[in-house]
Amino acid sequence: MKGNNEVRPEVTATDAGPAGMPVVSLRNVRKVYGGAAGSKVALQDITFEVARGEFACVVGPSGAGKTTLLRTLAGLAQPTSGEALFEGTPLRSVPPGIGVVFQDYGRSLYPWLTVARNVDLPLRVRGVPRAERAQRVAEVLASVGLADAGRSYPWQLSGGMQQRVAIARSLAYRPDLLLMDEPFASVDAQTRFELEDLILRVRQEFGVTVVFVTHDIDEAVYLADRVVAISKSPGVVTEIVDITLARPRDQITTKADPAFAHYREHLLGLVMNR
Amino acid sequence: MSSHDLSNAAGPGLAARAANSAPARALTRVWLFVVLFVVWWFWSAGSKSLYFPPLSSILKALWSQWVTGPARAELSSSLEHLLVGYVIAGLVGIGIGALLWSLRYLRDATSPYLYFLYVLPAPVLVPAAMTLFGIGFTMKVVLIAFAAVWPTLLNTLDGMRGVDQVKLDTSQVLGMSPLGSVFRVVLPAAAPQIVAGLRNSLQVAIILMVVSEWVASTDGIGYYIVTAQQGFDYVGMWSGIIVLAIIGTVANLLFVLAENRALHWHYGARAVEGTRP
Repeated sequence: MKGNNEVRPEVTATDAGPAGMPVVSLRNVRKVYGGAAGSKVALQDITFEVARGEFACVVGPSGAGKTTLLRTLAGLAQPTSGEALFEGTPLRSVPPGIGVVFQDYGRSLYPWLTVARNVDLPLRVRGVPRAERAQRVAEVLASVGLADAGRSYPWQLSGGMQQRVAIARSLAYRPDLLLMDEPFASVDAQTRFELEDLILRVRQEFGVTVVFVTHDIDEAVYLADRVVAISKSPGVVTEIVDITLARPRDQITTKADPAFAHYREHLLGLVMNR
Repeated sequence: MSSHDLSNAAGPGLAARAANSAPARALTRVWLFVVLFVVWWFWSAGSKSLYFPPLSSILKALWSQWVTGPARAELSSSLEHLLVGYVIAGLVGIGIGALLWSLRYLRDATSPYLYFLYVLPAPVLVPAAMTLFGIGFTMKVVLIAFAAVWPTLLNTLDGMRGVDQVKLDTSQVLGMSPLGSVFRVVLPAAAPQIVAGLRNSLQVAIILMVVSEWVASTDGIGYYIVTAQQGFDYVGMWSGIIVLAIIGTVANLLFVLAENRALHWHYGARAVEGTRP
């Protein structure tokens, strides 16, 4: 685990960690909720790894345990059995090198703080000096296109802008791994495309590994290097699909590529269990 | 939602309209008071009844007793009881409420007794408080604090229990320690409910301030009112009642000002929520 009180310098895909060590790995993770009588299996047996610098999407129908999976990856929930490792260390709590963007920005942003202070909060908690904090906040807000919104409150912004704030806050402390739980599910289609391109750009800029959970197969194929398909009850990995579409990707040309349609069809078949 | 509603909620239309209607709204709030005052003034003007003194003499007594005269000491002593008792109630209420929120076992063990004490009408504790603490400053402050602590304590507990799990998950993700998240997330998130509790506590504290001075006391506004009434000084009695009404109003006004300042984000967010489709 990395030092707690210091924000690490920017990490690129090549210079951090022992070569070949996955950022996260799940080994036979099983998660059961509830007591003996009414227990519910959320995850049956999940095994996969995500390499440094990779963009992995997890797709599955609702009820497949996607959110449970993400909470396990974040260290917010412990597996009933099996192992969840972050940079080789078992996850017992949320390590400082992980950022999370939740689906509902309205619930994860703190309405009593301005946008800038929301983004500043993880830096303040980590004891980053004041001058550096201000600079860092300005930088990361500029990266998500909100350079002028620092003094506003989150609730004064549109939904898409609020989710940008949440993204900025999770990038401010330069995590190695960014986890996103259906982050664009509650914004309109146009904003969604903008945010998809935004996340591809900042991922490059910050050199961060991303695990992105979604139920939208088009979104998964468009964003990912690899798509992990999980099936509904029992939550198991049905297939891991490498997406070799060219980068940089573009909403119009990438989606018009015949290979895109092929991936889409294949994954849809997996998710719909045909 | 129609475009009319939206223009009403934001934009220059609202400000202009508010400016136009501000005097009208002030008038709406004030006219009844003026009418009642005038009616009371003239109705009581020629009164020779001992029990229904003219308003003019009451106001004269208000000035000569409470502003320039000897009753100022009663006023300051009452306000001192109120302030000390209320501050203790607020701090203890928030502190114990937070403690019970964080220690589930303690909460489960104590909650039946908390509600038992909460529903007990505090004035009945005056004799017990006198037995334990005499009739001085301590007794009054203890009584005020004891009665006023419950609304704040229970609202703090409820407010903290109602904090959104996503906000707590976020605090962990951002790297806060459990104690850090209490101060940075749980307290602010529960603040609207805590403040509502503090407001109820203030009302209770004012009531107990007077009650504690009625029964056994040698000073305070309540003592003054009872003494005046027993000495057939009905002008003095009425002047004391008006002083109490003024204290209640001013205390409430100060509270609302502080609340609007501390919770401006809460009201702002709620107003925005109301305008979204």
